Amino acid sequence: MKQLYETQRAMRNMRKAALQRGLIAILDVGTSKVACLVLRFDGPERSRGEDGVGSLAGQSSFRVIGAATTRSRGVRFGEVDAMQETERAIRTAVQAAQKMAGVRVDHVIACLSGARPRSYGLAGDVNVNGEVVSGEDIGRVLAACDMPDLGEGREVLHAQPINFNLDHRTGMSDPRGHAGNVLSTDMHLLSVDAVAMQNLFQCIRRCDLELAGIASSAYVSGISSLVEDEQELGAACIDMGGGSTGVSIFMKKHMIYADSVRMGGDHVTQDISMGLQVPHAIAERIKTFYGGVVATGMDDREQIEIGGDTGDWERDRRTVSRAELIGIMRPRVEEILEEARARLDAAGFEYLPSQQIVLTGGASQIPGLDGLASRILGQQVRLGRPLRVQGLPQAATGPAFAAAVGLTLFAAHPQDEWWDFEVPTESYPSRSLKRAVKWFKDNW
Amino acid sequence: MRPLIGQREPQGMRHDPSPSKWQYRYERWMLTPIYRRLIRTGLPVLMVSALVGIYVMDGDRRQAISDGYNDMVRSFQQRPEFMLSAMAVDGVDTETATAIRSVLNYNFPVSSFDLDLEEGRRRVEEVAVVERATLRIKPGGILQVLVTPRVPVAMWRQGDALHLVDASGRVIADVQSRGDRAELPLIAGDGAKDALTEAMSIFAAAGPVAPRVRGLVRMGERRWDVVLDRDQRILLPETDAVTSFERVVVMSQTQDLLERDVAVVDMRNKDRPTLRLGESGAAEMRRINADVSGAGN
Repeated sequence: MKQLYETQRAMRNMRKAALQRGLIAILDVGTSKVACLVLRFDGPERSRGEDGVGSLAGQSSFRVIGAATTRSRGVRFGEVDAMQETERAIRTAVQAAQKMAGVRVDHVIACLSGARPRSYGLAGDVNVNGEVVSGEDIGRVLAACDMPDLGEGREVLHAQPINFNLDHRTGMSDPRGHAGNVLSTDMHLLSVDAVAMQNLFQCIRRCDLELAGIASSAYVSGISSLVEDEQELGAACIDMGGGSTGVSIFMKKHMIYADSVRMGGDHVTQDISMGLQVPHAIAERIKTFYGGVVATGMDDREQIEIGGDTGDWERDRRTVSRAELIGIMRPRVEEILEEARARLDAAGFEYLPSQQIVLTGGASQIPGLDGLASRILGQQVRLGRPLRVQGLPQAATGPAFAAAVGLTLFAAHPQDEWWDFEVPTESYPSRSLKRAVKWFKDNW
Repeated sequence: MRPLIGQREPQGMRHDPSPSKWQYRYERWMLTPIYRRLIRTGLPVLMVSALVGIYVMDGDRRQAISDGYNDMVRSFQQRPEFMLSAMAVDGVDTETATAIRSVLNYNFPVSSFDLDLEEGRRRVEEVAVVERATLRIKPGGILQVLVTPRVPVAMWRQGDALHLVDASGRVIADVQSRGDRAELPLIAGDGAKDALTEAMSIFAAAGPVAPRVRGLVRMGERRWDVVLDRDQRILLPETDAVTSFERVVVMSQTQDLLERDVAVVDMRNKDRPTLRLGESGAAEMRRINADVSGAGN
């Protein structure tokens, strides 16, 4: 726990250093693609003070100056599977983005889409020292949260205080300066597989890059594709990626739950590949060109040449009707959505005041998905696209880039996490000091 | 997992777009701002300066370069557009013009780059007659010298020599005889030309007496004597010379003072003008006095 605190603090410092230099790279290592954006922080808002939100919700402070995407290899279910391949894919993306930007970037903020995230709600309370709540009290109350047993090989990815209570008052976002006696907090903690995280660390380090932050991809897609009202009133973001589908629930502009379904668009492609007996690449092509989830009478008549690359071009002129293709795709998409539904139910999403669900991610581009999703997830479903940020190329504005765009926002304005507050002084190692004093006493 | 050994890409397979580790590092190194600047500007500058340095190290080459440069400059300056073929001196008489031409001893044709017009103007202005000169190159290759000559206002006799003097007291030229410029007033005496302003106002105040004024004589470098014909003299004081002279003029108008046999009118004491009679006048005076006293006896 201590070590994690130090690592995260070090990453925060790295981020600060990167902002000082004004250059930071965003790396979204996904199952189907690796995207790299290079951000330059030198907007007119750079000298703006702490308080107040700048124009364009503070996003005018940075600009995307380089963007590159490459096919991901060696990543499965959002986790690094083959290190060398992943490293190469990262190198390709980073190099292309650097070339476009014309500068060298050293600091990278990455996101993690798989790694079996698990959410915990923590609570802790502490008596306030002195009259009013100080920053140190917040550090203490966060440290006082009872730590759940994360399990073997788990690490904390996010630990965000989402609510503070002071005596009888609740729903405070910043209790500093308030008078009161008992301060308690609700904290949302997201733990992930340590191995998956370390593998990603390793891949990035082997590309001579410094990691300046890491975030859950479900979280950052939520930041980018939920509009402000949805984040405030309560909404879920379902980021349908290639290998995993991230689910995150937002309330009062804080993520209160995140999870991921280990299924995504690649599984749909796999089904097509198996069902139609075609290579993966062709299946992917057929999916993106002709894919759908709602069959109509018209689709029975539409024949798709699948062009199987079996080497027997004369004979292998198989065709398939679009209805058949939809018949292959639909069960898998339904399965993914039902899994997501199950996660939402487990999180108690139905008790939220607003139950908006936003579908984003590359797999959400299947035509007719919103109709299917509203039958499984409820009526308030919409397809979301990420926010527009300055300088983002047109090719990178689609829903597939929700996580990457969310990471840019995360890089510009990270939410306060547990490690952003001061360590409570009593937990400093005082033992060594005592030992030194003892040594002096013994020897003189 | 792909086989680790014997990785040979099959024919027709697409090339792996990912850079190798060293290629990636090299690209990153090249994108580092300082190396980027060094390679894009520093290296070419260094190379060019090294080449130039090696070429110039040889003395003969240096000589050749400077000769070539000088030739080029010369041939440009010697183009007919810049050549001056004649000098025109305007605003003065022929004699002065000749003097100016001799002062500006340019041997035409000459390139206008070789002329120092400022220096030429200074030389022209050193000629006594010239008050102000303007040198300018007119289109058509003519050096025009526009001269404003000094205007003589008086003639100054110094010993036997006669000089023309302008308003500021500068000697312009010598004259042979008084008759050459009879219209100019004459001044004489040491320091006469330094008090020329006063002298000119005295001349101006002469009025009806003017035809009779022969000249002014500076006495002891401090005051003026007006010399009239018939050897009459008016001695003026150091201060208020003009006023005193005007008084004499008025006296001569009202009492015909200067028509009488008066040798000297002494105005040096302002309160009491003193007269010295001429010889015949004095004798007459004495005779009258004797008569009067005799009659009285």
